[in-house]
Amino acid sequence: MGHLLEIQDLVVKFGLRFGDLTAIDGVSFTLNKRERMGIVGESGAGKSVTGFAIVNLLSKPGYIHAGRVLFEGIELNRLSDEEIRKVRGNRISMIFQDPMMTLNPVLTIGTQMTETVLAHKEMRKTDAMDLALEKLKKVYIPSPEKRLSQYPHECSGGMRQRIVIAIALLTNPSLIIADEPTTALDVTIQAGIMDLLIELCETEDMSLLLITHDLAVVSQVTEKIAVMYAGRIVESGHTDDIIHTPRHPYTQGLIKALPGALEAGSRLNQIPGMMPTLTDIPPGCPFHPRCSVGVPRCGTETPILMSVNDRNQMVACHALRRP
Amino acid sequence: MARQTPLLDIKGLTKHFDISGGLLDQLGVEKGRLVRRHTTVKAVNNVSLSIQPRETIGVVGESGCGKSTLARVILGIYPPDRGEIHYKGKRIDALSHEAMLPYRKKMQMIFQDPYASLNPRMTVKRTLEEPVRFHYRTLTGREVGDRVAEVMELVGVDPKWAGRYPHEFSGGQRQRISIARALMVDPEFIVADEPVSALDVSIQAQILNLLMEAQAKRGLTYMFITHDLSVVKHISSRVAVMYLGAVCELAPTGKLFQAPRHPYAQALLSAIPRLGEKDPKHVKLKGEVPTPIDLPSGCVFHSRCHYAQDICRRDIPLLREIDDNHDVACFFPIQ
Amino acid sequence: MSAWERFRQSYLLHSFKRDPIAVISFVVLMALITVALSAPVVAPYNTYDAATIDIMDAEIPPSWMEGGDRRFSLGTDIQGRCLLSTMIYGLRVSFLIGCGAVVVQALIGILVGLFSGYFGGRTDALLMRITDIQFAIPYLIVAIFASAIFKLAFGVGRYEELAVPLLIIIIAVSHWPIYARTVRASVLGEKNKEYVEAARVIGLSHRPIIFRHILPNTMTPVLVISTIQVAEAVMSEAALSFLGLGMPITKPSLGSLIRSGFEYIFSGSWWITFFPGALLVIFVLVILLLGDWLRDVLNPRLYKG
Repeated sequence: MGHLLEIQDLVVKFGLRFGDLTAIDGVSFTLNKRERMGIVGESGAGKSVTGFAIVNLLSKPGYIHAGRVLFEGIELNRLSDEEIRKVRGNRISMIFQDPMMTLNPVLTIGTQMTETVLAHKEMRKTDAMDLALEKLKKVYIPSPEKRLSQYPHECSGGMRQRIVIAIALLTNPSLIIADEPTTALDVTIQAGIMDLLIELCETEDMSLLLITHDLAVVSQVTEKIAVMYAGRIVESGHTDDIIHTPRHPYTQGLIKALPGALEAGSRLNQIPGMMPTLTDIPPGCPFHPRCSVGVPRCGTETPILMSVNDRNQMVACHALRRP
Repeated sequence: MARQTPLLDIKGLTKHFDISGGLLDQLGVEKGRLVRRHTTVKAVNNVSLSIQPRETIGVVGESGCGKSTLARVILGIYPPDRGEIHYKGKRIDALSHEAMLPYRKKMQMIFQDPYASLNPRMTVKRTLEEPVRFHYRTLTGREVGDRVAEVMELVGVDPKWAGRYPHEFSGGQRQRISIARALMVDPEFIVADEPVSALDVSIQAQILNLLMEAQAKRGLTYMFITHDLSVVKHISSRVAVMYLGAVCELAPTGKLFQAPRHPYAQALLSAIPRLGEKDPKHVKLKGEVPTPIDLPSGCVFHSRCHYAQDICRRDIPLLREIDDNHDVACFFPIQ
Repeated sequence: MSAWERFRQSYLLHSFKRDPIAVISFVVLMALITVALSAPVVAPYNTYDAATIDIMDAEIPPSWMEGGDRRFSLGTDIQGRCLLSTMIYGLRVSFLIGCGAVVVQALIGILVGLFSGYFGGRTDALLMRITDIQFAIPYLIVAIFASAIFKLAFGVGRYEELAVPLLIIIIAVSHWPIYARTVRASVLGEKNKEYVEAARVIGLSHRPIIFRHILPNTMTPVLVISTIQVAEAVMSEAALSFLGLGMPITKPSLGSLIRSGFEYIFSGSWWITFFPGALLVIFVLVILLLGDWLRDVLNPRLYKG
């Protein structure tokens, strides 16, 4: 019984005019059936690139330089365009931040949903419509029959995102990759979508890879987390462990910087400086210029993920310290 | 809290936008007859608020609640349709462009989008000099330059970079420059419209600290608009919760977060994802958010409220004090 | 970093150097413009000087052909003028009219677009209707009426003297709508941006907001269409001259040369039409190719990729 998804030492580069820049530098993790995992990081950390790389959606000049992406035992990064199209949107579905990236404004919802089904399976159009209706009901869209003949602009933002999720469910995928699915939505709508995703993972036997910058959301939805910084995973483990006992200085700093952590009105713990851009990643540990702890090794040797307890919590830090 | 003369007093402010379009867009056919339809976005409806000097009042709400429009009406970007705005006792909503100029020095704004709030074709130096040159024409070039350097240092941007263009800076740095621009004229009141929403968490903390320091140093009064409730909890002394153009609850921060009395405020607060909270109890609201074009009758929240009664459908509840300094606009506030 | 340093390291220059078509087009264009502007120095003969022209020299073929004359490398036209010289002077006229017309139409169009987009409402409606009406009138009609009226009012002699400014005005008046529409679209996008709101909050009045803040940010699309408009103006002038509504025969442009040779193609004097025609095509082509490159380089989406 292998893992559903296994990423091994993935390296993604961007071929720009100055030379090739490394966006993701040796990322590895696994995801099992019915597991919900979060990839957390700030903008520029490489989390979206990781998601896109899995299904080969990297737009030029990005490309997979090294590493393997194993899904249900198949090496996805070695597949041809034709073959990966059979996986993408079928066995693995993606949900993006902006529902209008998935929805075509000039087609009705019904047309788009049936189109998606028929692209992957042969069936009668009426059967496809029935399937679409069934999925719309699964995501709790009110009056789903009406929605089939409506256009995306006639629905609200939250509704659109539910429709996108319904489309993602049409082919009964084993994995949903959701890239910031609720960032653009209001808080009350966000709560509904997150509850829905959790429920669907259980009832539809799916796994979820949630990519987001929102630590609070990820702590409520996922079972395990990988924290990314400047293209590397700096800490990973069970969600509860990471949130309550973070071991990497960056994770600790991130959690302490959240306004909810301290007494109101007091000065927030800030991490000085900024995440390095792809062109000026420092040698050794990418976080060391901003880190308050450090040993001389941090500036020269890049730390690798190492286990710190028997609960599978891994940290990439030379100066491992207790919270 | 002793009630001094409020810095800013807003009474019954209303702002609607007519988006009917041209004559041809307005015409339609209803029941076989040609009719002319007007479409208005009722962004702000009868909002009253008093802001005390040196306080930070947070305004929260979801999209379509009118908080951004409220900010812009207060600052005179849009004239109000109805209502009055008083600054330190003097009425300012109906002033001419010239008469308003002295108040422009006292009231400034920080915007949400660090990429669109700075003119991409102007250097940082020009952007920061502009407000000073405009309001203080007697200053020499040297004095203006000194002031620019001083404020840049205050916000944490190296004055040596004044000759660069906005695209050469990161989002966090641009936001600092925006804050610098607001501080250049030495204002008393600053409206911050989602100033940290577009920034990463670690940068967010830096900017919030900067805002709090500037407030302490210069005795500023803030109106802090955001949808991020944890931020507002940290930085505000009072919070106003808005829904579809009306304030539904106004209370000191601690009280609101401990025990919200308006059903919408309660649902909103329950929906905030909290770190490490497994199995949260979200209050699920019925239905969809109505648009500000077709406002529901009576209480704007009644269609989604679990406690709605007949009166809620008919009459509009006004904001009234139900507890010490705690105002709620509801016929049946939660106990 | 000084402006020159910034330019040398810029993406614009880098992309230019890597694009062979852009480089070749630029070199050719610069060569043509230099030659055209230094016509009195470069051309073998001064074609405007009636004294140097001998009607007996008419219709001599190019020098390498049978019957050619070494004095006239590309042959002569129907009046006995050196074809090469006339082409060079003609290119100068075409270039001046092309640039002049674009400057005038840009001025009109940008102002209309700015006010229309910024103020909206009735101003916008009125200005846009005027723009639409102007757009709908073909430039040929404008040219026919304008030149007829001018010739009637001021006489043919005066017409010949003022042909260049008159053509600039005719072409500019017919073509400003595209600038108006382009700028208006840009302004509509920019005026709701937060830096404009910030300018209002500072207390600036309309004039500095329009000219200091919004105008510089509408320049990118203006630059892109300007190259196409120069090409368009050159072709419009050529067409007008070809139809006899443009440059007079005493001060020919490439278009009028093409016209004068047209009647003689079938009698064998093909060079009178061919060489000016080829030059016109090359000139317009390099302008358009450079315009293509400029549009790609200035396109923000392609730039990010």
